[in-house]
Amino acid sequence: MHMADALISPPVGGAMWAASIALAAYSARKIEPEIAERKIPLMGVVGAFVFAAQMINVTIPVTGSSGHLGGGMILTILLGPHAAFLVMFSILAVQALFFADGGLLALGCNVFNLGFWPCFVVYPLVFKKIVGASPTHRRLMTGSIVSGVLSLQLGAFCVVLQTLMSGISELPFGTFLLLMQPIHLAIGIIEGIVTAALVSFVWHARPELLELSADRKLEPSMSLKPVLTALAIAALVTGVLLSWFASTHPDGLEWAMFRITGKEELAAPEDGVHATLARFQEKTAFMPDYDFAETSAIQETGIEHSEEDAESWPAVSAGTSVAGVVGGGIVLILAVLIGMSLRLIQRRRGTVTP
Amino acid sequence: MTRIDTAISDIDVLDRLAAGVSPIHRLDPRAKLIVTVLFLLTVVSYRKYEVAELTPLFLYLAVLLALGRVPVLVIARYLLLACPFAVLVAVFNPLIDRQIIAQLGPLAVSGGWMSFVSILIRFVLTVSAVLLLLACTGYVTVCAALDKLGVPRLLIMQFLMLYRFIFILADEASRMLRAHSLRSPDGRGTSLRVWGSLAGNLLLRAYDRGVRVHTAMLARGFDGKFRPLPGFHWSIADSLFVVGSSAFLILVRHGQLATRMGRWALELSA
Repeated sequence: MHMADALISPPVGGAMWAASIALAAYSARKIEPEIAERKIPLMGVVGAFVFAAQMINVTIPVTGSSGHLGGGMILTILLGPHAAFLVMFSILAVQALFFADGGLLALGCNVFNLGFWPCFVVYPLVFKKIVGASPTHRRLMTGSIVSGVLSLQLGAFCVVLQTLMSGISELPFGTFLLLMQPIHLAIGIIEGIVTAALVSFVWHARPELLELSADRKLEPSMSLKPVLTALAIAALVTGVLLSWFASTHPDGLEWAMFRITGKEELAAPEDGVHATLARFQEKTAFMPDYDFAETSAIQETGIEHSEEDAESWPAVSAGTSVAGVVGGGIVLILAVLIGMSLRLIQRRRGTVTP
Repeated sequence: MTRIDTAISDIDVLDRLAAGVSPIHRLDPRAKLIVTVLFLLTVVSYRKYEVAELTPLFLYLAVLLALGRVPVLVIARYLLLACPFAVLVAVFNPLIDRQIIAQLGPLAVSGGWMSFVSILIRFVLTVSAVLLLLACTGYVTVCAALDKLGVPRLLIMQFLMLYRFIFILADEASRMLRAHSLRSPDGRGTSLRVWGSLAGNLLLRAYDRGVRVHTAMLARGFDGKFRPLPGFHWSIADSLFVVGSSAFLILVRHGQLATRMGRWALELSA
């Protein structure tokens, strides 16, 4: 259920990155005082453990299939929410970089979906409530299973929302929801059971390792503030970016260029959104925009320009389509040829002067 | 068991590529990181039916593959392994969006098929770009670049620590699993009970190792601060790379290269 770059739009990816980075900064600040203790190597080692444990499959009794550890809950139980969030961040980053599991732009989404919910919502509000001050075997099992299911359900719901808001997939909200939630209910139950098995083993063998006991002394109750702040940031940024995108279709690169050049005129509130947007478009107009492509060749064939706005896209025009296919094919072949010749040149040069 | 071994060898392949020497490897990691992010933003900024205009972006990949001396097969393998989720979501587009938006001679193409192909192309482009960044830079160097670009230190430290321990723990897990499978001739895999104590033991060993490592770090003067690699050197080549790539991306994004090329070719043949 890792979101992929191919399925998200820039505003959604950007908003989720903002929320995740804010949460990471908050978590980093929160654990700084404890870090002098032994949390740093512990975080690395437990993160790597989740990685390794994910590779050991469990046989699921009835179905004959196999499942594995997801990690969010076990990390939180072992390390506490703040350290766990950072560890989850790093695990997902490695998965994105090395296993192409989720993308770099989608990393913000994935961290939010798989880290935020178990660490800052389910653990303080559900797991701790169920397990209570004096954990028993039964309570640990119930707590782990319920929180495993809940955090995956919330995460899966977020995947649906993010996909929907990105508008790349055609799946309607209801259908996608019906696809995702039941699958993740099953996965969540398995993950919960697996987490419970692990927690109960550790609880029997080395009870002092469980964060539960230490956590009680350190922070009596988690405040809701970080949760609400993160949700607010995510909602706000998504809203602002989405409305901006929806009204004018500036594309992501322009958006990024704008961010990088850091022109702050957008912030001027009294101008109103539309005036600002108009000015923003003027600003970016120096770039060869869509009209620029209106060459004589196009006018000759009388093909209308379909890039202009969203409404005109569905206009069927055979010429454009054929040109697109032919052009795309030629470009692809060119790309391959250029790559091959570059490699050939390199190899030749490599043999002469190794 | 094979899963662990393949996972480790997967990481290993990219790391070994990253140790190579090429014009791309020599570039400042910050430059590569910036260009990769710009590339990704460009790819996702296209509207959902776009297919032809995405193709010129393959030129970027081709150049990087060639100059960086990265074998195509390595990238292709990753693409195959990683594709399920994106493809699964994309596959519903042709079923739902049936409006005809393009005509290829006798063939009418629906919007769903266009966006389906578009998602696949986006997938290939984005995943390959990230893999290429890693194969030409290396994980530790990417982390150092992130540090230079202002990502919180603690997070970077966690990235590096995680990376150090993955290999050790994966080896440990692999040994435990081998021992288990040698002692369970029915070959029915790990049951829940066995899994619990296997993973639990792994965790306890990991924990103890973490404590030992920390003691060793303290003994060598670790004071809780992370000192990254000495600074990188930003040269003219790096500026050229960033400016050139950005210019290329803007040109591709707005120039309608594929359609123009197609029209030109059709005119020539006509």
